[in-house]
Amino acid sequence: MKKYLITASIIGLLAACGGGNQQTKDNSAVAAPAVTEASANGNPSYDPNRGEGKFKNVEIPATLDGAMAAKGEKVYGVKCSSCHKLTDERLVGPGWKEVTKRNTADWIMNFMTNTDEMLNKDPKAQAQLEICLVRMPNQNLSDEDARSLYEFMRKNDGVK
Amino acid sequence: MKKLHLAGLGLLSAAFFMQTGCKPKNANNAVTADAAAKAYVAPGKYDEFYNFVSGGFSGQMSVYGLPSGRLLRVIPVFSVDPEKGWGYSEETKPMLNTSHGFVPWDDLHHTELSQTNGEIDGRWVFGNANNTPRVARIDLGTFRTNEIIELPNSAGNHSSPFITENTEYVVAGTRFSVPPDNVNGDIPISSYKQNFKGYISFISVGKEDGKMDIAFQLQLPGVNFDLSHAGKGKSHGWFFFSCYNTEQANTLLEVNASQRDKDFILAVNWKKAEEYLKAGKGKKVATKYAHNVYDEKTHTAKSEIKTEVLVLDAKELKDICYFIPCPKSPHGCDVDPTGEYIVGSGKLAALIPVFSFDKLQKAIANKQFEGDYEGIPVVKYDAALHGEVQKPGLGPLHTEFDGKGNAYTTFFVSSEVVKWNIKDLKVVDRAPTFYSVGHLCIPGGDSKKPNAKYVIAYNKITKDRYLPTGPELAQSAQLYDISGDKMQLILDFPTIGEPHYAQAVAADVIKNRSVKFFKIEENAHPYVAKGEANSKVVREGNKVHVYMTSVRSHFSPDNIEGVRVGDEVYFHVTNLEQDWDVPHGFAVKGASNAELLIMPGETQTLKWVPEKSGMYPIYCTDFCSALHQEMQGYVRVSPAGSNVPLTFSTGKTQPKESAPKK
Repeated sequence: MKKYLITASIIGLLAACGGGNQQTKDNSAVAAPAVTEASANGNPSYDPNRGEGKFKNVEIPATLDGAMAAKGEKVYGVKCSSCHKLTDERLVGPGWKEVTKRNTADWIMNFMTNTDEMLNKDPKAQAQLEICLVRMPNQNLSDEDARSLYEFMRKNDGVK
Repeated sequence: MKKLHLAGLGLLSAAFFMQTGCKPKNANNAVTADAAAKAYVAPGKYDEFYNFVSGGFSGQMSVYGLPSGRLLRVIPVFSVDPEKGWGYSEETKPMLNTSHGFVPWDDLHHTELSQTNGEIDGRWVFGNANNTPRVARIDLGTFRTNEIIELPNSAGNHSSPFITENTEYVVAGTRFSVPPDNVNGDIPISSYKQNFKGYISFISVGKEDGKMDIAFQLQLPGVNFDLSHAGKGKSHGWFFFSCYNTEQANTLLEVNASQRDKDFILAVNWKKAEEYLKAGKGKKVATKYAHNVYDEKTHTAKSEIKTEVLVLDAKELKDICYFIPCPKSPHGCDVDPTGEYIVGSGKLAALIPVFSFDKLQKAIANKQFEGDYEGIPVVKYDAALHGEVQKPGLGPLHTEFDGKGNAYTTFFVSSEVVKWNIKDLKVVDRAPTFYSVGHLCIPGGDSKKPNAKYVIAYNKITKDRYLPTGPELAQSAQLYDISGDKMQLILDFPTIGEPHYAQAVAADVIKNRSVKFFKIEENAHPYVAKGEANSKVVREGNKVHVYMTSVRSHFSPDNIEGVRVGDEVYFHVTNLEQDWDVPHGFAVKGASNAELLIMPGETQTLKWVPEKSGMYPIYCTDFCSALHQEMQGYVRVSPAGSNVPLTFSTGKTQPKESAPKK
């Protein structure tokens, strides 16, 4: 069991370090067996792209909701900025640049609001933990906070 | 194998105990084989009851789980607690303010949980300060002291903080009679009889917010008020106080206050007192007392000195107060769950008198008085008496009730708990305590609805019960299972300070109220930094305000320069976490102060006056993450008059041009 986890983590770590699109594609293929193994451990329905939590198939319009993003920026200032930069530089946690391109909206918002459970079972979250070594604090964000933070992340990633 | 062996041993010792008779000679044969199982709470499981235990001369209140006896928390109340920054942080210092200024210590004797309709409601627990008279209210959402009110015209607040059945009032009776605050106290001590008075305070409690206010004080003859309990049910509207030293001795009370065969239980008709108040019979008397309130939104306490109190003269205003004679310096004054029986425990008596509320009412109506004591009518003993428990033991102190018609009384001199039937006054069981029990507690045992699974004895002497620790030994409580006919000792557990009265309640009444963190959005502290972008350092003359944030695992700012000797530095540390059980700590080298322990979403302030120039590290004292040991920073202090500019930063590394060349 422990061995499985470590394998999964290492694979996850490789995935996290991936750069361009091409590599990501390759890595997702590599990561697949690890996920299967996690599934074999009692999570047959676990969707690693969605994570686990309240958010499922959240529809994200193509254009930015500026007011929502502004709200998100406020929450970021109080609850996130101590650990996350808006560049790709890691502070305590990873920088937010391109975060919306690396992960689905569902996954990001589930991780924000269901942090502990995701850290316990999600391969990508666990891979990040291996790098950062600080469990992301549960900041008790409301669903609305999470959604507006996601909009702020989109703005940061250049969505207009 | 081992288990079988142990069980066999248990059975053997139980059999041995039965054969050797009912008088256990020592601890070994007083415990039966299943005791461990009864007190065992498996790792990770919750206890069934909370037990709020007075910390005596520690000035604090401790919280235990029952039946395990595990210490869950020490709540700082009347004494400073550097561990929690209580009385050291700028926010909590006002909580310990009094008319005598800042008082860092007191002696907390009794705890009382708030009630609604005579049942424990789990909102607050009250505690009394015995030395500099005060009453504290602790919130059971945060398990923190939220309010402290001082009592004027009083000294030694002992018969406190007992409450009425809807927490309308918390009472406080003075142990020492003293000259009132508005007359000159610089008089001969020997003028006690002429100049000393006894005061009883009725503190009103806000129905919703719990805010305390002294509604009125009763002025009474100069005696010692000892303990008290409210009437309930039929006797709701009355309060009963034991009093001793009716001899009015001012020296060698051990002898001089033990002269009279009987002292008194004072019966107070507080509804009558309310009528007099309404009719404007209260006199406004000049005095000074502190009222301190902690605000959960600003995370800051404020202390206000009040200058007036309403006093009702119990001698002039008839029908409020009556004395009932009670043998030999009564101590405990306890009212049974029906409100009919009042148990007075004369600490030098070899019997327990039980008074009847109905008979007392009749005696008052029929004016069955034997005379008066300094203008207060004294009801005839037999006219109010339900009966006496004969030969119950030596030195009865306190009584609690099981709600099944039985009373449990502690006996200090004969060192035992005795169970007796209230109606027929017959002793039904007795169990030895180790040693010299003072108070006792049954969950809900002074309320209308006791939950009588256990009785806990709080002992005054421990002697050989624990491993020796030098001249001072662990204080001790003992847990007895009383679910059967016989009391069964199942556990000893050590306590902090000296345990006096304690109360217990089913965990379900309280545990779901627990606050997990403070919402950062609602933080209204004047020096809060909501987010790292708002962290900064501001100089105002010689005052330097550091608006600091903390999160796993760094402070912002963590490099500060430009502080000078002669400055007063205020570290206002906001904990940005929004999760349960993630406090951060804060300490600075050389501070003649304590640490801060900042709960998630809270702001707390440490004042620091550096006396020498140099480099001063700061760090987080409460282990917070794998990188906790990295949670640190520096403050550079320059000499007075230095022109080092005030700067602050987080994550800023050394500029290249100033780096030493390799």
